[in-house]
Amino acid sequence: MSATAPPREPRTPPLAEARAATMRFGALTAVDAVDLRVLPGEVVGLLGANGAGKTTLIRCVLGLIRVTEGEVLLFGEPPSRATRARLGYVPQGLGLYEDLTVAENLEFSGRAFALGHRDRDGGTAPADPLASDPELAAVGERTVGDLSLGQRRRVAFAAALAHRPDLLVLDEPTSGVDPLGRAQLWDTIRAAAESGAGVLVTTHHMREAEQCDRLVVMADGRVVADGTMADIVGSRATVKVAAGRWEDAFAALEDAGLAAALVGRTLRVPSAGRDEVATALRRGGVEAEVELVPATFDETFVALAGRAGGA
Amino acid sequence: MNRGGSGPAATGSFGVDDLTVAYHGRVAVAGVDLEVPAGTVTAVVGGDGAGKTSLLRAMVGAVPPERGRVRRPSSTQIGYLSAGPGVWRDLTVAENLEFSGTAYGLGGRALRERADRLLARTGLAGAADRLGAQLSGGMRQKLALAMALLHEPALLVLDEPTTGVDPVSRAELWRLVAGAAAAGAAVVLATTYLDEAERAAWVLVLDQGDPLLGGVPDELVGGVPGMMFDSPSRPDRGASWRRGARWRTWSRDGGAAPPGARRVDPDLEDAVIVAALDRHARAAAGARDGRAA
Repeated sequence: MSATAPPREPRTPPLAEARAATMRFGALTAVDAVDLRVLPGEVVGLLGANGAGKTTLIRCVLGLIRVTEGEVLLFGEPPSRATRARLGYVPQGLGLYEDLTVAENLEFSGRAFALGHRDRDGGTAPADPLASDPELAAVGERTVGDLSLGQRRRVAFAAALAHRPDLLVLDEPTSGVDPLGRAQLWDTIRAAAESGAGVLVTTHHMREAEQCDRLVVMADGRVVADGTMADIVGSRATVKVAAGRWEDAFAALEDAGLAAALVGRTLRVPSAGRDEVATALRRGGVEAEVELVPATFDETFVALAGRAGGA
Repeated sequence: MNRGGSGPAATGSFGVDDLTVAYHGRVAVAGVDLEVPAGTVTAVVGGDGAGKTSLLRAMVGAVPPERGRVRRPSSTQIGYLSAGPGVWRDLTVAENLEFSGTAYGLGGRALRERADRLLARTGLAGAADRLGAQLSGGMRQKLALAMALLHEPALLVLDEPTTGVDPVSRAELWRLVAGAAAAGAAVVLATTYLDEAERAAWVLVLDQGDPLLGGVPDELVGGVPGMMFDSPSRPDRGASWRRGARWRTWSRDGGAAPPGARRVDPDLEDAVIVAALDRHARAAAGARDGRAA
């Protein structure tokens, strides 16, 4: 299944582009003929089970490894030291020095990017994030290791954004942060996109996927879906079971080898048909309402990713 | 049922009453009530530092309450998956299960049968001889959960069982958790993700150690005061936050809709954000009043 969303501005050249990108490690093909585009102003989510090839693809796009076949272009050219200066990257581990203060961390990354820096507005020096963010300035002299995770994430974002990168690559950017803190981080991400940057987000979490304009789903090294969340879910359906005692329904479905997910006190069986579920419940002597409801993105994702790259 | 913990505990009435947990005078959990009934899944949700781990540690008796009461069964009737690695890295999968089962007084055929059944249900049967250190994040969490389930505990306490786990493994972990609840266990689990918490029968939201919201997910969503709007650009009034490329705005008094906005039903994410904003606004007002006095 591949529902490709039309680019919003077809003539805008992509900031990042993979064309039939393939990466082999010996006999293992980690990335298999993948096409990926990130346009200016676009927030693209890259999803996949562990082992699906996301991390390898990101490493190719960042220019850390060279593809075996196909092509990766950053800002229209092969990845290099020059393209690196136009990237902002927030890894899952955040990449901060825990025993330096916030101000020292920002100064260090600012100086690293100041070398030969020229951003898209012609600016030649990275901004000082402490000057524009009073909340960050308030913790400027504190050691990063002493901050909460939410604060550490803000520092990592500030370090990645100070040189006004054209492409922002984020790995689970709001993991571990409460909803209000998460909303604030997404505000920052969206502001970067609205000023023309492209954003590539890798995530396992549906709330993060929901924030993206377009999603690319990988399984076994290949792209298995590409489009908006609604495009990808399409007309997929899930069987919903409401029984007086959900635990009886659960046991009957498990006995029939059907994987049921508990949601509150109802069950959802994404991988089976309505009749199959009804039969299993009848055999178990369980009375229940069985109806077909629209699938969630999470359920669609699990179906697409399969068990192949799982575990 | 043995009476353990710091209060009487009959089966099915596990939980905490007015619980406060502090470390060296620093309060981690303040005045929390939580009921963890048998045969259901209860979720404790919050960001880093919200107090989830402290609450669960108090539930299992790993930290004494500063104030309040914990109702729990005897320790042999508790299964606990801690926030740490949860498995022994230099034991194999089978040895991890055996070791954990022996610690709970299981042995012989009963232990072997339960271990085999859990290996099959977790999909780890093919990896029985692999070292804990060689497992992927998802496999490690499934093994840790199997170890917590092995002795069929009455109370199952899971600290972020799905953090760092991909959606396919997450679905498998949830199936095991649901299976334990279906078999009658009282399950309480911590998560940072609201979409996951929404699967529980009851959700407690913690914010910096304080209870922020608690209830059945649908009721929490239904109980959001005022009105929620969706608009393509940032409105100039009301509290607003991003939802993808669009904006959500909350108006407490249900005042006029921002231009170009349409009214929408809130979801659990909105409910928690509204409660957090409300709480912070009240705290700020309290601080102002305090200074004025």
